[in-house]
Amino acid sequence: MLRYIVGRLLAAVPIFALVGIFIFSLVHLMPGDPAVLLAGDNANPKQVEKIRERLHLDQPVIVQFGIWAGNALQLDLGDSVYSNQPVTKLIAQRIEPTMMLAVVTLVITVLIAVPLGVIAAWRANGLADRLIMAFAVLGFSLPVFVIGYLLVYVFAVRLKWFPVQGYKPLEDGVLATLHSLTLPSVALALVFAALIARVTRASMLEALNENYTRTARAKGLGTFRILVVHALKSAGVPVITVIGIGFATLVGGVVVTESVFNIPGIGRLTVDAITRRDYPVVQGVILFFSALLILINLLVDLSYALFDPRVKG
Amino acid sequence: MTAVSPHIDTGQNVLTVSNLSLEFSNSAGVVRALDDVSFAVRKGEILSLVGESGCGKSVTAMSIMGLLPRHGARIVSGSVRLGEQELLGASERTMRRVRGDRIGMIFQDPMTSLNPVHTIGMQIAEVVRQHRGLSGAAARARALEMLELVRIPDARNRLGAYPHELSGGMRQRVMIAMALACDPELLIADEPTTALDVTVQAQVLDLIADLRQNLGMSVIFITHDLGVVSSTADRMMVMYAGRIVEEAPVEKLFARPSHGYTAGLLQSLPGTQTRHRDVLAEIPGSVPRLDKVVEGCAYAPRCSFATGACLDPLPPPRRIEPEHSARCIHSETVFETIRNTDIVRAWA
Repeated sequence: MLRYIVGRLLAAVPIFALVGIFIFSLVHLMPGDPAVLLAGDNANPKQVEKIRERLHLDQPVIVQFGIWAGNALQLDLGDSVYSNQPVTKLIAQRIEPTMMLAVVTLVITVLIAVPLGVIAAWRANGLADRLIMAFAVLGFSLPVFVIGYLLVYVFAVRLKWFPVQGYKPLEDGVLATLHSLTLPSVALALVFAALIARVTRASMLEALNENYTRTARAKGLGTFRILVVHALKSAGVPVITVIGIGFATLVGGVVVTESVFNIPGIGRLTVDAITRRDYPVVQGVILFFSALLILINLLVDLSYALFDPRVKG
Repeated sequence: MTAVSPHIDTGQNVLTVSNLSLEFSNSAGVVRALDDVSFAVRKGEILSLVGESGCGKSVTAMSIMGLLPRHGARIVSGSVRLGEQELLGASERTMRRVRGDRIGMIFQDPMTSLNPVHTIGMQIAEVVRQHRGLSGAAARARALEMLELVRIPDARNRLGAYPHELSGGMRQRVMIAMALACDPELLIADEPTTALDVTVQAQVLDLIADLRQNLGMSVIFITHDLGVVSSTADRMMVMYAGRIVEEAPVEKLFARPSHGYTAGLLQSLPGTQTRHRDVLAEIPGSVPRLDKVVEGCAYAPRCSFATGACLDPLPPPRRIEPEHSARCIHSETVFETIRNTDIVRAWA
């Protein structure tokens, strides 16, 4: 088990290095002089020269990369061109809303999707199955922002149950945070749940057709035990994989959702940085998202061992 | 060779199947999978069901267990009684209490019949927890006891093992331990040795025979392998196209085969040929499609003894001798023709 974990961790190192090279190249692959680009439209040659020195742009590329990577490893991603604040600090300030949104969405999704997928597989081709799959197609076909505005109109504007937009930080109390996150989370969860319900159903159908399910029935076990203890646990690996992949998509979807619901998270930071051509921040945000995705993949890989004892080593 | 093994109580039927007929339907049409199947399993006996794939052996087992597919299978008529209790048409709740508790079942493929993501200890223990309401520790103790009963070496340390860590023979032992954990009256073994190596086959057969003796249970042993039957079973039933075509104690059936199909099966055993010693005899043709109701003998088109009369509606089983019956109008001819083969002489 320990060997498996260490192996997975080591496998993440080269991926991370590649991502680093890619992000570093981003600035250098852009047409024009990065220094001019960073200095902005109204800079004079002196300012450009200053920036060039400050960013070590007069050094060979390989040295520049070494300096950049060394700083990045110490969590120094440079300063924002726009606000002059350290990029790391800017990201740190925005992590809470984004992470809360993602986690709440994930929890809602799993609570909706997995039971629905199990029921659909159990009653395959029956009425419940058809209804659930129809819901899945619907959820899958609607863009997040459509669902978002629809939810806002019904539950915020009309019924006034939830705020139209905005985010209450955790320091205002967990309930306030959850209240402010309900609509955006549900909007994101509906799309995500459609995918996971489908995969759960497919994976469960396969497990229910396995000989060991016949054995479980021949043992006189109850339906719940057969479905959850025997079939769902074996069906877990594909489901957890899609939850992981879905979570990656979710983090991408956060950009849209945060705009619709005006949540000051990393998604908003990204949009703002791009419109302001604030490249150090864009670099930092991409690095952050990449690190997050690598971490999620790692967790998914490690969770395989929990579901399937044959995954070891 | 004694007529009846000492552990059989001829006066007591554990299971009685009467006039069981069953149809499968799908978009292609209706198939009669079982046609008027009747038999009884006595207390303590090993009854073997023999026939080719698709003859209705496994379907018979699954209808006893109430595990036929929810859609498509339809019981046309008949009754399955466990002791005095009618199982056909019983509620799912009732059947759940029968399965695993009063009837245990093991399957052909031990590689896939155990759940790969749970330990074998858990998989055995959950049966007794389900039916006996035992606590975790007591169920675990019972699981250990069962592993020792099926002679798994180092049983205590194997409780925590996963199926993929065991060999095929060991897994089938685990299946047996699981099926017998609640002391069932009846064990249904559906081709339990088919997927195993020959040496392991013999061990598993011995184990089942020993356990039958020690625990006093009855066994329905489904196989297509006559060699396995001859060494293990007390009585055998030959099935063809959803019907029982011949039924007798094993030694009587081998000594006096009285149905064209049984004769064909015996002649295709290795080492039984009288003339072409190097060539295995085979039965020409293949199992018929069951989507047309056959009034006469379903085996007639493949049978070397068949005459025009075989296509007339099938008469009831003929009594050949006590405990021995066959549904063949040419049973004497069959026996006269085959009586000088090695295999029949060996048993006569």
